[in-house]
Amino acid sequence: MRSFTYERAATPADAARAVASHPNAKFIAGGTNLLDLMKLEIETPAHLIDVGQLGLDRIEKAGDGIRIGTLVSNTALSAHERVREDYPVLTRAIQAGASGQLRNKATTGGNLLQRTRCIYFYDTNMPCNKRAPGSGCAAIGGISRQLGVIGTSDACIATYPGDMAVAMRVLDAAVETIRPDGTMRSIPIADFHRLWGDTPHIETVLEPGELITHVYLPKPLGGKQFYAKVRDRRSYAFALVSVAAVIQPDGTGWVAFGGVAPKPWRVPEADAMLPHGAKAVVDRAFADARPTEDNAFKIPLARRTLAGVLADAKA
Amino acid sequence: MQDKGIFNLSRRGMLAGSAASVAVSQGTIASAQASQASSSPPARMAVNLTVNGKPHRLELDTRMTLLDTLREHLQLTGSKKGCDHGQCGACTVMVNGERVNSCLSLAVMHEGDEVTTIEGLGSPDDLHPMQAAFVKHDGYQCGYCTPGQICSAVATLEEIRKGIPSHVTEILTGRMRPTNMEMRERMSGNICRCGAYSNIVDAMTDVARG
Amino acid sequence: MKFEEPAGQNLFDRAKIVGKSTPRIDGPLKVSGRAPYAYERHDVAPNQAYGWIVGSAIAKGRITAMNLADARRAPGVLGIVAATEHKPVGTSRFNHAPLFGGTEIAHYHQAIAVVVAETFEQARAAAGLIRTEYADGEGSFDLAKVAPGAPLASEKLPDYNRLGDFQAAFASAPVTVDQRYTTPDEAHAMMEPFATIAAWEGDALTIWTSNQMVAWSKRALASILGMPADKIRVDSPYVGGGFGGKLFIRADAVMAALAAKAVNRPVKLAMQRPLMFNNSTHRPATIQRVRLGAGRDGRITAIAHENWSGNITGEDGENATLQTPKLYTGANRLLENRTAQLDLPEGNAMRAPGEAPGHMALEVAMDELAEALGMDPVELRIVNDAKGNLPGEPEMKISDRNLERCLRTGAERFGWSARKAAPAQMREGRKLVGLGVAAGYRAAPTQKSAARVSLGADGTIAVETDMTDIGTGSYTIIAQTAAEAMGVPLNRVRVDLGDSLSPVSAGSGGQWGAASSTAGVYAACVNLRRMIGEKLGFDGDAATFANGHATLGEQSHALSDAGALSATGEMEFGAFQKEYDIGTYAAHFAEVAVDAYTGETSIRRMLSVCDAGRIINPLSARSQVIGAMVMAAGATLTEDLHVDKRFGYFANHDLASYEVPVHADIPSQECIFLDTLDPMISPLKAKGVGELGICGPGAAIANAVYNATGIRMRDYPLTLDKYLDRLPAIA
Repeated sequence: MRSFTYERAATPADAARAVASHPNAKFIAGGTNLLDLMKLEIETPAHLIDVGQLGLDRIEKAGDGIRIGTLVSNTALSAHERVREDYPVLTRAIQAGASGQLRNKATTGGNLLQRTRCIYFYDTNMPCNKRAPGSGCAAIGGISRQLGVIGTSDACIATYPGDMAVAMRVLDAAVETIRPDGTMRSIPIADFHRLWGDTPHIETVLEPGELITHVYLPKPLGGKQFYAKVRDRRSYAFALVSVAAVIQPDGTGWVAFGGVAPKPWRVPEADAMLPHGAKAVVDRAFADARPTEDNAFKIPLARRTLAGVLADAKA
Repeated sequence: MQDKGIFNLSRRGMLAGSAASVAVSQGTIASAQASQASSSPPARMAVNLTVNGKPHRLELDTRMTLLDTLREHLQLTGSKKGCDHGQCGACTVMVNGERVNSCLSLAVMHEGDEVTTIEGLGSPDDLHPMQAAFVKHDGYQCGYCTPGQICSAVATLEEIRKGIPSHVTEILTGRMRPTNMEMRERMSGNICRCGAYSNIVDAMTDVARG
Repeated sequence: MKFEEPAGQNLFDRAKIVGKSTPRIDGPLKVSGRAPYAYERHDVAPNQAYGWIVGSAIAKGRITAMNLADARRAPGVLGIVAATEHKPVGTSRFNHAPLFGGTEIAHYHQAIAVVVAETFEQARAAAGLIRTEYADGEGSFDLAKVAPGAPLASEKLPDYNRLGDFQAAFASAPVTVDQRYTTPDEAHAMMEPFATIAAWEGDALTIWTSNQMVAWSKRALASILGMPADKIRVDSPYVGGGFGGKLFIRADAVMAALAAKAVNRPVKLAMQRPLMFNNSTHRPATIQRVRLGAGRDGRITAIAHENWSGNITGEDGENATLQTPKLYTGANRLLENRTAQLDLPEGNAMRAPGEAPGHMALEVAMDELAEALGMDPVELRIVNDAKGNLPGEPEMKISDRNLERCLRTGAERFGWSARKAAPAQMREGRKLVGLGVAAGYRAAPTQKSAARVSLGADGTIAVETDMTDIGTGSYTIIAQTAAEAMGVPLNRVRVDLGDSLSPVSAGSGGQWGAASSTAGVYAACVNLRRMIGEKLGFDGDAATFANGHATLGEQSHALSDAGALSATGEMEFGAFQKEYDIGTYAAHFAEVAVDAYTGETSIRRMLSVCDAGRIINPLSARSQVIGAMVMAAGATLTEDLHVDKRFGYFANHDLASYEVPVHADIPSQECIFLDTLDPMISPLKAKGVGELGICGPGAAIANAVYNATGIRMRDYPLTLDKYLDRLPAIA
C-alpha cells in the first residue's frame, strides 16, 4: 500500500473541494473494497477523503418512493422496514452478498462502485486491461468460469460482482450525485455502469471527483419479489449467476441478472417475455452472449435459475 | 505449454525483450494509476479510540489498519490476521457494537469509536458466556479463527435479537429466531478450516437459550 | 522404554481421566485471545522489525535483473535480502522445491526477496518498489498431458501390487466397473498463515514459528542455512492449523532468519495470504482408474487401482492407491502409481495424503459396483471386507479391525434403510434427495516419542515435550495421560509443547501424534514414578498413584513428600508392530439435497462411525473427525486450485476464490466411536483419528449426489456446471 494523506470531509461541498485539489484522490466510506485493492496496489490513491461523516446515512420517504443516503450500510438498508415491506428484492439481494461483517461496513454508494473479482485483475503479475490498460487480458483463454458471458469485450470479460445493484436494476433505481463543481445529477441505474468496450478501466459514468449522495427507489412495484443467487458454496461467495425478479400475479414482471456482465444485466424486451417462461426470457436477454468454454454453463444456469423463481412465484 | 503469445507482445511492449526468451517484468503492470512512488515519510495522523473500555490517543501511519493497530500497536493479539483481505473473518471485532472485519478498516477512520475485541469480552478466569460455551462444546480446534468466531457469534445473536434479516430468513417482516440455519448463514463470514462449525453452532445455541 | 509386546491389562484399563470427554486445557486461553501464535510474540525478543516476502511473478525461468534501489531508499527500510544477491540456500530431505536464493525460478511465487522495515506498512510499501526482470522459461503444467508418459513411482513395490492374474479375472468377471476419476490440486488453506519471528544471538538462531514437526524442522533449517542444528532453537507452542502444510520449514522461517541476520535485529514476518497457495505445498491432483470385477454374489475377484499424479521433482506424488490393498478382498490385483514431473509448486502431504483422494475414487467405484450388482452398498462392502487377512500379505496379521461393525452401526443410526436403491426417487419440492455411504481406512503408524515429566514441590506435574498441538488436542490428551499415570487431578498438570529445548516427540503428522506422544509421556511418567519411589523408599512400578498419593501396601505418601523431581522418558515402538496391519476404520454416511433447477448441492446430514481403539478424549477426537468431514465436503463440492496452464500457476490464490466450506455448508454432524481397544499400538491402546475422518466422507457425499440425481460424476469437485445439462428437464 502506497503512502497517502487522509482527511475527513464534513459536508459534500467539502468533499468536492478536497477532491478537486488533489490529482490522485479517492473517496473512502466503508473501505471494504478500496482497502483490499490498496493493499495489493491495484488502487494507489495519494489522498483519501473520508466521506463517512457527511450525514448521508438516512433513508427517507421521497414522493412515492424512498431516497437512500449513500452511507447507509448494507445491513441497515436491508433491514429497513420500508425496504423489507416494499422492496424485498433489495433486502434479499443485499443479504445474499458478502458476510455480516462486510455488510455492516459496506455502504450503498460504495457497493455500487465495487470492482470486479476477476482473479487476474487481483494478481498484479498478470496482464489486465482493467488494472493496467494495454497490458492484455489474461482471463481470455485463462480461467474464466466465474466471468462474464455478455456485454464483455475483447479487452475484458470481467463482471460487476455485486448483488445489491442487480436488485436496484430491477427496481429502476436512480443514482444521485454531486460533481466537484457543486452541480448535481440523477443517473438511471441502467446507465450507471458502463459496457466498457476497449476501456475496461472506466467502469461507471461517474466523472472524476463525482460523489454519489443518494440512491432513489421509485414507487414500489408490488408483486412477488425474488433474489436467487447461485454459487459454489452456500454462502460468502460471489454469484455464478443471480436473478432479481419482481413477478406480478398475471405473470408479467421485471428481471435482471447478476454475475454475467459488466453491469447488472437487464433487457426490457426480455422482461416482456416473462409470461412465456424462463427460456423465452433468457433467449432474449442473452441473445448476444459471447461466453467462453468455461462459462457457457451460465446461460442454461440463468434459464434454470429463473425457471425456479417462476415456479416459486406460482407456488 | 499453451500459448501465451498475446501477452508476450503486450509485455514486450513495455520491456526490453530478447529473441530467445521473453522478458517479463514485475511491478510495471501493477496499477492503472501511474502515480509516483513516494519516498517521502509516511503520513501520520492522530486518532482517539476506545478499546475494551480504555481510551487511547494514538499517532499512526495513515495506512495502519484497525487490525494492525490492535495487534502491533496495542499488542492485543487476540484479533487474528488470517487473510488481511476480508476473506476469512479471523479479524472480526465489534465497533460501536457492530461486528466488522478490522483488516479492512483504517485506524484513522475510527475517530471516537468504541472497539471491543476478544480480550474485552472476557479473560481466561472470567470468560464471557459465549467463550465458556465454545470451551464446553469444543467449538474450535487450532484456535486461530476462534476469537473472530466468538466476536461474530456474540454479534450474530444480537443481530437476530434486533430483527435484522438474513439470506435464509423466510418471512422478512416476521420475528427472527436463532435457528440452526439462521446461525449458520450469519456465521458464514468466519471461516474455520479445522471445521468446528457444527460445534460452534451448538455453543451458540446454548447461549441463545440463555 | 520399549513397547515390545502387545499391551496387557494396565492402568489405562481402569482409567478415570483418560477416555473421558475433557474440555481442552488450552481452551480458556484460546477463546479469550490469550494463546500466543507465532507472529504475536512481542515479548520474546525486543525491537522486532517487520519483513515482507516478495514472490516470483513467473512460474519457470530465471531472474535477469532486480532493481532494489528505490525499495532500499524507501522510508523505514532496514534492509533487503534478494535472490540475485544471495546464493541458493541449502536443501533438506523435506523440501523438493528451492526455498530461496539464486536466479532460477522453479515455481510461481517462489520467494525472491524479503524487505525489512521498521513497520509492516513500510515493508509492504517498499516491496512494491522492487522491479524484477525475468527470462520466462518453458514448463510442464498439464497433468493430463504428461500422465500417459509418467514412470512408475520409485517407492518399493510391495508384493500386493500384483497378485494373481488381474487381466484374466477381470475379463471373466460377470459384473465389472471400469471408470476414471479425477481429483484437483487442493490447498491446505490453514487459517494461520506461515509466520516466524527470528532472532540471532551470535551464531545461535531462535525461530518462534508455526510448525507441526519441531525436531524435523530444526534439522532441516540447519541443513538449509548450513549451520549446526544444535545452534538452532525452534519454538511452536500454538499452531493455527497445519493439515500437513506446516510439516516442514518453509520460506517464512528461511526468510525471517536471513533477514534477521542481515539487519542484525529480530525480524517477524507472516506470509501474505495471496502467496500461500503457490509458495507453499499443496495436495497434487490425481487421475485414477479403478477396475472392479465381481461375481454375481458380490464377491470381488479382480481389483485394479491405477493412479497418476505429478510433482515438481517427478517423485513423491499423491499415491491414491494406498487404501486399496487394505479395504477389500479379491484374489487378482493390480496397483500402479505413477508420478509425472510438473513445474507447478511443490506437492506434499495434506491430511491423509493419498488416501483422501483415493477413497474419493475407490469408494465411488464400489457404489457403481453395488448398483451394477443390484446389491446394497453397505452389504457389498461387508461381503468384501478384508477382515481375516490382508490380500497379498498373508503373513501380516490384523491388529484390531471392526469395519463391519462401523458399517452396520452407521447404517442403523443413519436410517440407511430409508434409502431408495434406484437413484432420483426421493424428491421434496425442488429438492432431489439422496443418501450415500463409503468405507474408510487409514493406517495407524507410530513414531518414537519422548517427554520430560516433572514433579513440583507442591505436588503439581509439568510435562515438557516438543510435541505440537495443531488443533488436534495434544495439550489435553497429554495432560490426561500424565494425570492418569501420576494419579493427580487434571488441573494439577501443566503442559508445555512445541519447544525444541524439550525432549523430541513424534510431532504432529501422519495420524501418529496422539498414539505416539501419549506413549512417550507415559514412558516419562513411569520413570518419574520409579524416581519418586526411590526417593521415598518403595517400588515405584508396583505402587498405585492416585489422589495425589503413591500407595504400596501400608505405605502411602503424598507426591509432594518427594520434593521436586524430573524424569525424561522415551517410548520406542518394537519390531513386533511390523507383523501387524494396524489401521483405523470408518463408515461414513451422508444425505444431500440437490436443487432440481439449479443443481446446487446442500449437505443435510453427515455421520461417521469410527474404529480407532481407545479414544483418549472423545470430545476433541470427535472434533478431529467432524473437522475432517468438513474438509472432505470441501474437496468434494468446491475446492479446486485452478491451474492456468499458460502461466503455470494456481490462479485462484486467495480465500475468496479458493472456496473452502463455510458455516452454511455444514449441517449438524455426528460421530460415533466404537468402544474398541488395540493392544498392538501402545500401552494406551489408542489410535489417531485426524486423518481417518477425511478418508471416505467425500465419496459418501458423491454417492449421495448420485442417489439423489441419477447423475454419476467422477471429476471432482462436483460443481454444478459439470452436470447442469443432466438435471431434470425444466419448462
